[in-house]
Amino acid sequence: MQFLSYLVRGISLGSVYALIALGYTMVYGIAKMLNFAHGDVIMVGGYMVFFTFCKNQVPPVLAVLFAMCVCTLLGITIEKIAYKPLRGAPKLAVLITAIGVSYFLQNSAMLLWKSDPKSFTSIVSFDGVTLFDGNLQISGETIVTILVSVVIMIALMLFVKKTKPGRAMQAVSEDRGAALLMGINVNGVISMTFAIGSALAAIAGALLLSSYPTLTPTTGAMPGIKAFVAAVFGGIGSLPGAFIGGILLGVIENLSKAYISTQLADAIVFLVLIIVLLVKPTGLLGKKTTVKV
Amino acid sequence: MALLEVTNLGISFGGLQAVSGLDLSIEPRRLYGLIGPNGAGKTTVFNMLTGMYAPGEGTIRLDGVDITGKNPAFICKEGIARTFQNIRLFQDMSVLDNVKVGMHNRVEYNMWHGIFRDRTYREKEAQMEERSMELLRVFGIDQRAQLKASQLPYGEQRKLEICRALASEPKLLLLDEPAAGMNPNETMELRETVRKVRDDFGIAILLIEHDMKFVMGICEELTVLEYGRAIAHGDPETVCNDPRVITAYLGGDDD
Amino acid sequence: MEKKGKMKKTTKTTLTTFGFVAVFWAVIEILTVSGHLSSKLNGLLIPVCAYMIMAISLNLVVGFLGELSLGHAAFMSAGAFAGIFFYTTAGAELPVYVSVPVSFLIGGLAAGILGVIVGVPVLRLSGDYLAIVTLASGEILKNVLCALYIGKDSEGIHMSLKDQFSLGMAPDGKMLMKGAMGITGIKKFANFSVGVVLIVITLIFVLNLMNSRAGRAITAIRDDEIAARAAGLDLTRYKMIAFVSAAVFAGFAGVLYALNYSALVADKFDYNLSINVLVMVVLGGMGNILGGMIAAIILTILPELLRGFSQYRMFIYSIVLIVMMLFNQAPAFVSWRQRLMARIRPKAAGKQDGKEEQ
Repeated sequence: MQFLSYLVRGISLGSVYALIALGYTMVYGIAKMLNFAHGDVIMVGGYMVFFTFCKNQVPPVLAVLFAMCVCTLLGITIEKIAYKPLRGAPKLAVLITAIGVSYFLQNSAMLLWKSDPKSFTSIVSFDGVTLFDGNLQISGETIVTILVSVVIMIALMLFVKKTKPGRAMQAVSEDRGAALLMGINVNGVISMTFAIGSALAAIAGALLLSSYPTLTPTTGAMPGIKAFVAAVFGGIGSLPGAFIGGILLGVIENLSKAYISTQLADAIVFLVLIIVLLVKPTGLLGKKTTVKV
Repeated sequence: MALLEVTNLGISFGGLQAVSGLDLSIEPRRLYGLIGPNGAGKTTVFNMLTGMYAPGEGTIRLDGVDITGKNPAFICKEGIARTFQNIRLFQDMSVLDNVKVGMHNRVEYNMWHGIFRDRTYREKEAQMEERSMELLRVFGIDQRAQLKASQLPYGEQRKLEICRALASEPKLLLLDEPAAGMNPNETMELRETVRKVRDDFGIAILLIEHDMKFVMGICEELTVLEYGRAIAHGDPETVCNDPRVITAYLGGDDD
Repeated sequence: MEKKGKMKKTTKTTLTTFGFVAVFWAVIEILTVSGHLSSKLNGLLIPVCAYMIMAISLNLVVGFLGELSLGHAAFMSAGAFAGIFFYTTAGAELPVYVSVPVSFLIGGLAAGILGVIVGVPVLRLSGDYLAIVTLASGEILKNVLCALYIGKDSEGIHMSLKDQFSLGMAPDGKMLMKGAMGITGIKKFANFSVGVVLIVITLIFVLNLMNSRAGRAITAIRDDEIAARAAGLDLTRYKMIAFVSAAVFAGFAGVLYALNYSALVADKFDYNLSINVLVMVVLGGMGNILGGMIAAIILTILPELLRGFSQYRMFIYSIVLIVMMLFNQAPAFVSWRQRLMARIRPKAAGKQDGKEEQ
């Protein structure tokens, strides 16, 4: 029973990682860049929910919607100002810029909202369920987190596979040049990708903080890195990959915390990542790319 | 004995048989052409000869040494060097350094000689420098030695690539579509260069082309490849008049 | 004629680089002797040297080998901990002129070994995958060191990855490493000249390596892996040479850095530190060793000078970083700068065009 409880909580944490990783992976697929600032968008989303819902009792759904809007705008703005001018520049330049943006967001938050931790009230109001004669307790946050991320995952897959903008995204991710020649508005698609990714980050932020209620300007950093790992784990660029990667990562992290060592949990997560990449160099569901001679 | 002896060479990629049952026999100092329509498997043959791909079947012997499935470094040392269809130079390195890299396995010293700049280092570097400049001079690009490879015009980049390949002192030089992207003048010049390389260096050259005119004017022996199989072999005259070759090239009606 | 010109060019780069170090050393010495060096700046001298070595060594991997490493701090950490562990234990009984050099050797060796351990799997990957694995390696080392407890009592050495109590030490025992608290009570050894000597050694190694056969192989692999393979280069070997050498020097930097403080904690060497060093390399110009050193000096001293506005310090830094990257790397800006340069110096531009002709 104990094990099940750890497992369920791991899946819940993993669902949050998965939501963040989806954003990472989408942006990577389309813009071919590692958006290191993605984790900090979560933090901004967290603060938005904090000020609306926790401070001013705005209904949770509205608060999250508001946070999504703010993050969407933020994501699009970041892309326009910092990343778009660097299209065609060396990859490393884009990466450093993304790191710069990450620092910028963290330090802006520090200036605006101070660095003292805020305690976050859960946006989930129902108590959860008790199973197996009280042996297995699943909190409301856990259930909502898992459900929300599964729904989002399915919606996202349908969007990409079935709708016109979704197919445009696929086309841009396959071959930007060709997509441009086919009359696809590449800039629009990239903006849209950043928008979706950032909106997901806002939801992830609200869910993450509901389970782990300490909010500081650096809250997003570690989940950001973990989600990045999750995306690579599943095969960066692949949506189902990011989802599976996220869940696995959460489960591994939680189980190692429970059974091996709290301090070493992160080390174990990263070690598993390295092993997976050695066996499958492009991640679990990643596409194999070959250079033609 | 032939310099290069290829028997029953074949490879497949995920069920697609890219090359099969290929036999090649190249004499020393021979100018040999491997021709065929696009997608016939010519470059794949090159990749197997140079160890970039391990052949699925068959054997490759160079000068009596079995090099089948050996790694590129080994094969390079044994004496096969190549150029690429879409020029692959070390773009950010100087022209001279490009050639020196080609000499990597011919003039050797370990990294500590370099770090301590001892006599071995100075002697070997001087030797490399001299030989590289000599090679560059043969191709008339010695004045460009200090430029970055990417600063050279297209035709000279082709020459530099050949130069780099020659720096490894090959017995057999593989040229992958050397005339691609060249205008008629440059092509003519290239023909002279290729012949000159064979005469001056006394090596065998195997070249891929689908420009029939270029091949006819220069090669002494040809093998025609279609769908990964050799469909004709002989001197240019014979091959040119082979009905199967004509069909392959003119492709019935539509190609 | 050309040959002479070339010799001059590389020699010139080398001379400028060493000249810069000499000037740097002289300026600091003069400031110190004349008493113009504030104690704040004085405390930064060793970190500056350490970061310079970090930037030079990371340039080997990022600038010359062309692989993105996000875990350079791990090697610094490995070097620091191994070196300091020796320094505070066995080295404590030795005279300083023995214990310090040996600490450096041990630190470099440990970092080198870690370099091999990380390098073998990492160098099979490429691009972003390589980057993430270097990041992961750094985090693993940090976590393990943070959880590592070592103590010594009459029965010998005790080790644990859990906590101090599980060591089961006798009452006379002494803690050598206290998990996240790291190693404490280090007898400080801060000597600017030692730092400069280490920089010079690093420079000699890196510059000479890059101007030799092995260095050419490394740059060739960066420029075109396939062509490098075809030219008969052993890719793994040269990638390892670059990666492990960089690790060894990062290890030296780690020891140098750690000797400057009385306590050593693993958290210091996190991924932010790796990123900082990477920023130095990129701002200095990849493959430009002098640039990397200058960036290391500026980026280490500047934030400290901005302490006054400590609140805005990192904020300003982040904006500067973004603006610098956009200005230096954005294609639109780059071509704008080139047009500007062409207008200012038509001669230079004309020469360039001349080369293209014929």
